[in-house]
Amino acid sequence: MLSKKLTTSLTSLALATGLISGAVNAQEELNLYNWSDYIAEDTIANFEAETGIKVTYDVFDSNDVLEAKLLSGNSGYDLVVPSSSFLGRQIKAGVFQTLDKSKLSNYSHLDSELMGRLTTVDPDNAHSIPYLWGTTGIGYNPAMVAVVLGDDAPLDSWDMLFKEENISKLASCGVSLLDASDEVLPVVLNYLDLDPNSLNHDDYKGPVADLMKAVRPHVTKFHSSNYINELANGDICFAVGWSGDILMAGDRAAEADNGVAVEYVIPKEGAPMWFDMLAIPADAANVDNAHKFLNYLLRPEVIAEITDYVWYANANASASAIIDADILAHPGIYPSEEAKANLFTFEVMPPKVTRTMNRVWTDIRSSN
Amino acid sequence: MSWGRRSVIGVPYLWLTLFFFVPFVIVFKISFSEMDYAIPPYTNLLTWADEQLTLSLNFGNYTYLFTDDLYIRAYLSSIRIAGIATIICLLVAYPIAYVIARAPAATRNALLMLVILPSWTSFLIRIYAWVGILKNNGLINNFLMWLGIIDQPIAMLNTEFAVYVGIVYAYLPFMVLPLYTNLMKLDNSLLEAAADLGAPPWKVFMSVTLPLSKAGMIAGSMLVFIPSVGEFIIPDMLGGAETLMIGKVLWQEFFNNRDWPVASAVAIVMLLLLLLPISLFHRYQTRELES
Repeated sequence: MLSKKLTTSLTSLALATGLISGAVNAQEELNLYNWSDYIAEDTIANFEAETGIKVTYDVFDSNDVLEAKLLSGNSGYDLVVPSSSFLGRQIKAGVFQTLDKSKLSNYSHLDSELMGRLTTVDPDNAHSIPYLWGTTGIGYNPAMVAVVLGDDAPLDSWDMLFKEENISKLASCGVSLLDASDEVLPVVLNYLDLDPNSLNHDDYKGPVADLMKAVRPHVTKFHSSNYINELANGDICFAVGWSGDILMAGDRAAEADNGVAVEYVIPKEGAPMWFDMLAIPADAANVDNAHKFLNYLLRPEVIAEITDYVWYANANASASAIIDADILAHPGIYPSEEAKANLFTFEVMPPKVTRTMNRVWTDIRSSN
Repeated sequence: MSWGRRSVIGVPYLWLTLFFFVPFVIVFKISFSEMDYAIPPYTNLLTWADEQLTLSLNFGNYTYLFTDDLYIRAYLSSIRIAGIATIICLLVAYPIAYVIARAPAATRNALLMLVILPSWTSFLIRIYAWVGILKNNGLINNFLMWLGIIDQPIAMLNTEFAVYVGIVYAYLPFMVLPLYTNLMKLDNSLLEAAADLGAPPWKVFMSVTLPLSKAGMIAGSMLVFIPSVGEFIIPDMLGGAETLMIGKVLWQEFFNNRDWPVASAVAIVMLLLLLLPISLFHRYQTRELES
């Protein structure tokens, strides 16, 4: 009797371990590489619960870091999120595989007008779908700015950054710029009424460098992700950064209830507009799972929740009906047609121009 | 040589070959190639076309480093920062090592543990902690403002000062430990003899202790100076934009310019520059071992 009981329990134990190890072996995986602070809290958890796929989620804060990984080959990631200007040349270098659209049943939700515009970087939209898009503009702390600049500060203009009389005062409460030559230098060119995608080396070495060197002494920090917390904590009062990041800083400050407020503005002179694209590296190990995740992100309710959380606009036409009304109406997230006309996009730069831009950027950064 | 002896000696050689020589050869090879937009982003040195094997070496990456003063400035500035940090480290570490070496055996181990203990936390977290200590509304500024000594925060973070704090803090154990080992071996009878002959304590220290601890000072200085020159994390997290160090320039070549060949050339030149102190150190060590 006892021995029979023992045998049964042993058998069930063996069965159970067998089942567990079987489950572990069959565990499906997906390795994602996305921008920092760029997804809703439960997007990954919900996907894992629904599909049983184990997601490894890593983050970066610059296109350069992502590109270095992609160009080394064997990045180990199944889905990455480069910006459209980088994606264009990465496709040419053979980094990405074509998408199997038969596995993307929700593809039809995408805004067809926008998809048409993206064919300039990805012909036939063969390799990528847009994730989110946003602008590069100004974030500020209204109370702190009012203290140093008074009530009639040109809050809707790049004059805040480029006019010595303004930036020199803002320096006392903290100024942060994106540490990305390919984001900031086009803004300077645009402010100077030059082509933001100028191929003329002298534009960068001459007027751009001169103007930025005058601004430089008043910049506290060049960084591409720290400014979210610094704005939210009141450590800085002025930042040139990405729209959703700045709006998120305001949201975090409101949550912490620390008396800090943060506003985002797309300056009237115009600002960069960019698209972050989802694409599957050619050497990805879990191509099927990557498609499943893409199709999941294409669901209007999933991407709407992400937009509500990270404050970046999406390219899903059907999602607009579900997105929080305040966000849909926010001019910093979904700019008006009039404001949109002033936005410019980045083009792929030849390596020589990139080198000049970075060299000028190093000079600007290290001059003081 | 016996088989056992050979294998024991072989282990460090294998380690050096795998983790120093092989990576060096790879980087050296890339430094002679040309930038390309592909995977990997540089050209092959050897090409096979029309039944001809062609070896193309591009020296342009090296000559390029001399056409732009950025690289020389970055090298010099790295050496300056590492040098000053090493001297501060030495000045701070010497009294610490001296006190530990003189302490009674029971407290000595506890004191040594206190020096080593912080290293058990991740390097990155320890440096990040300094951000919280040095920033404008951080620990030090808030404390000084609370005391009423200052009414405006002192800008400490994002300055070269913060870089020195970071390097001295992070590398101090590497200075304390060799100094401590050295001072422990100091023959007490020499000090007693000097005192007996009428030398006051400061003179005993200056003319006996200090010269005899030279080996420890040199070993510690090398251990601090060499990694500090190529340091990237500390200047990146604590330094300001004007803190120019070769580690950051290397990062920019690699990531921003995507120019792996030039980045490799920068790394090779940095290695050559470091080879001088390393070989000096090695020569000194061998001489010490022989005597």
